[in-house]
Amino acid sequence: MILHSFLLFYEKGLQTENTVEDEMEMATVRHRPEALELLEAQSKFTKKELQILYRGFKNECPSGVVNEETFKEIYSQFFPQGDSTTYAHFLFNAFDTDHNGSVSFEDFVMGLSILLRGTVQEKLNWAFNLYDINKDGYITKEEMLDIMKAIYDMMGKCTYPVLKEDTPRQHVETFFQKMDKNKDGVVTIDEFIESCQKDENIMRSMQLFENVI
Amino acid sequence: MAAGVAAWLPFARAAAIGWMPVANCPMPLAPTEKNKRQDELIILNVSGRRFQTWRTTLERYPDTLLGSTEKEFFFNEDTKEYFFDRDPEVFRCILNFYRTGKLHYPRYECISAYDEELAFYGILPEIIGDCCYEEYKDRKRENAERLMDDNDSENNQEGSMPSLSFRQTMWRAFENPHTSTLALVFYYVTGFFIAVSVITNVVETVPCGTVPGNKELPCGERYAVAFFCLDTACVMIFTVEYLLRLFAAPSRYRFIRSVMSIIDVVAIMPYYIGLVMTNNEDVSGAFVTLRVFRVFRIFKFSRHSQGLRILGYTLKSCASELGFLLFSLTMAIIIFATVMFYAEKGSSASKFTSIPASFWYTIVTMTTLGYGDMVPKTIAGKIFGSICSLSGVLVIALPVPVIVSNFSRIYHQNQRADKRRAQKKARLARIRVAKTGSSNAYLHSKRNGLLNEALELTGSTEDEQHTTKGTSLIESQHHHLLHCLEKTTNHEFIDEQLFEQNCMESSMQNYPSSRSPSLSSHHGLTTSCCSRRHKKTTHLPNSSVPATRLRSMQELSTIHIQCSEQPSLTTSRSSLNMKSDDGLRPNCKAAQITTAIISIPTPPALTPEGESRPPPSSPGHSTNISTTTTSNIVKVSAL
Repeated sequence: MILHSFLLFYEKGLQTENTVEDEMEMATVRHRPEALELLEAQSKFTKKELQILYRGFKNECPSGVVNEETFKEIYSQFFPQGDSTTYAHFLFNAFDTDHNGSVSFEDFVMGLSILLRGTVQEKLNWAFNLYDINKDGYITKEEMLDIMKAIYDMMGKCTYPVLKEDTPRQHVETFFQKMDKNKDGVVTIDEFIESCQKDENIMRSMQLFENVI
Repeated sequence: MAAGVAAWLPFARAAAIGWMPVANCPMPLAPTEKNKRQDELIILNVSGRRFQTWRTTLERYPDTLLGSTEKEFFFNEDTKEYFFDRDPEVFRCILNFYRTGKLHYPRYECISAYDEELAFYGILPEIIGDCCYEEYKDRKRENAERLMDDNDSENNQEGSMPSLSFRQTMWRAFENPHTSTLALVFYYVTGFFIAVSVITNVVETVPCGTVPGNKELPCGERYAVAFFCLDTACVMIFTVEYLLRLFAAPSRYRFIRSVMSIIDVVAIMPYYIGLVMTNNEDVSGAFVTLRVFRVFRIFKFSRHSQGLRILGYTLKSCASELGFLLFSLTMAIIIFATVMFYAEKGSSASKFTSIPASFWYTIVTMTTLGYGDMVPKTIAGKIFGSICSLSGVLVIALPVPVIVSNFSRIYHQNQRADKRRAQKKARLARIRVAKTGSSNAYLHSKRNGLLNEALELTGSTEDEQHTTKGTSLIESQHHHLLHCLEKTTNHEFIDEQLFEQNCMESSMQNYPSSRSPSLSSHHGLTTSCCSRRHKKTTHLPNSSVPATRLRSMQELSTIHIQCSEQPSLTTSRSSLNMKSDDGLRPNCKAAQITTAIISIPTPPALTPEGESRPPPSSPGHSTNISTTTTSNIVKVSAL
């Protein structure tokens, strides 16, 4: 009887040791980025900017890659009031261009290069890619609704005015009214770029983050 | 916001481009970096050892010595480096804190030296990482206890305690007999009398030789008077001691509830009960039983013996493990007793008359005592009896050392698990505090930002610089990001209390508005009533922090009612709709109200109940606003 319970304790101790080993195994994945000159040629950043970027990147992710969990954690630090995991998931997919489940420094730099140093066309392209969840070239209302809900989730609960249930849906309707020219229920890349270029607010806000680095 | 994550702020801001096509209003301007310096290496010379790091690394924590301008006091012009005449070993940990965001505590370091260094560099010890926090707290507690002990012994040796009341000196004398000679004397006297009392109890029962009449008498009855006098003397001393302790105790209630005082009471009660009760034949049996309690006087020795106290404390702390041991033993005993009973049921003149009667056999056998007063006679009984004794060896003898070591292991493990749970709770609480801190920082800076815009319009710029002193560049960039999110969704962040207030008030106001539209004017009056109530508490939006959006909105809505000429627009209004008519304001009022409008986003298209309102009227008024407002931050976009 006592022996049995004694054995139980011993087994439990073993189990905890196993999980510790598992965690250690996962952390041994390492990734080294391309050479600095290569990255400089591929992206629109200078060497110094790349250096600063890499230092910050490597500081937060010493293994050289960001997996989705870490990404969500990092992103949620910026939005303490709401829940940014869904939007971080979409962002992660937008950055993870080769869809291997992790964002390496090259993916990171290419994404930032488009966002900060790209032409307006490229930026709009990137945004379209973000909204098009299944990457089929069309933004449907459902996809847009998911994105919209993710954005509104980041606001959290304590907002003014109070967030209603169908606020995201209404926002999607507004969006589609503006973007969907031929009213076929989906937004293609050309419709998107065309409508955005007509809206001066959007054009102006695209230039907003020029000097972030 | 953690320091390491600050490096990802540019990424988060860049990713905000994803919101732009979705937003309906224009975005606020990004904060400009007033003096953008190239990142430079700075050299920190700590007692000859040179550390180098980037300037931005140190600026991650602006409220510490190294992160603020305080380090300029240590700048050495000749060598162009910062010189600190402090311990380089500890500085390593501190610099690592800036680099990684985690403060570690090296185990070889003295705790007070470490604390001093942390205080010098302006770092709070609470941010020590979880990996080292337990160690740090343990060492700190040990140190504090040692200091307290040192202080106490110092005080004792000094002997010149100023102006302790008589009561306090007595209590100190009782608790610590080494304080004065009188206390020591008292200590030894009570100890002596406890011993005397215990020996008396023991000797009382010894047969003391025969009295003429061939009867063997115990000493207690032979020398009854002598023993009675001795007992009386002891009890008198104990009573006096107890009463003195009761008088001197700083907290009498706590003293009465303490274990030692209960033991004291139980030790002297039997004597008094015996005195009170007459020598009645019926109760003499009970009286004799009471005398048993006199043996508790031996526990009074625990005041005199440190070892006894430690043993008691150990037992108390291992109580759960001991209880478990007892429980499993009880299970074994019951099982074997049942088996033996049924095995021996058949045999004649069996001593195993019932299962409880078999308990005795099982216990005696399992602990390998084997008195032999109960012995199985049937073959089955003997088989099970032998199994019982063998398993007794296993059950009791073998695991005892294992259990003893298990006790200490499990005990420490439990303590660690509890500590981990407490740590986790503390860590979650810290994360929550940090989160609320950062969101509060944003709300606070938003209000300051509003103040800025108001001041800008009224032409004073010195105050603006004064209010933005507190926020670093990273913070202002973060706030800009949150502001963009607000603009994208056309909702604003507010804090919890405001939110609850709003919920309550909007539920109050939605109730009347859910009736027919004809009541709208009445509804308008109710809002004016409510806002009038609020108006007493708020000043103009400019002068103080505009504490509640709702209040300022309602204030505006009252003014709106006063100057509106379009009753058609007031139909079927809810409180949310009200504010969208703020656009009419510039037409009627001066710049004071204009500043308040700036802060309120007015999305006519987004109000859920606003379908009934004719949309074309709003763009017309919106364009009015866009021409009259001078701020470039908020415009009601023409949709």
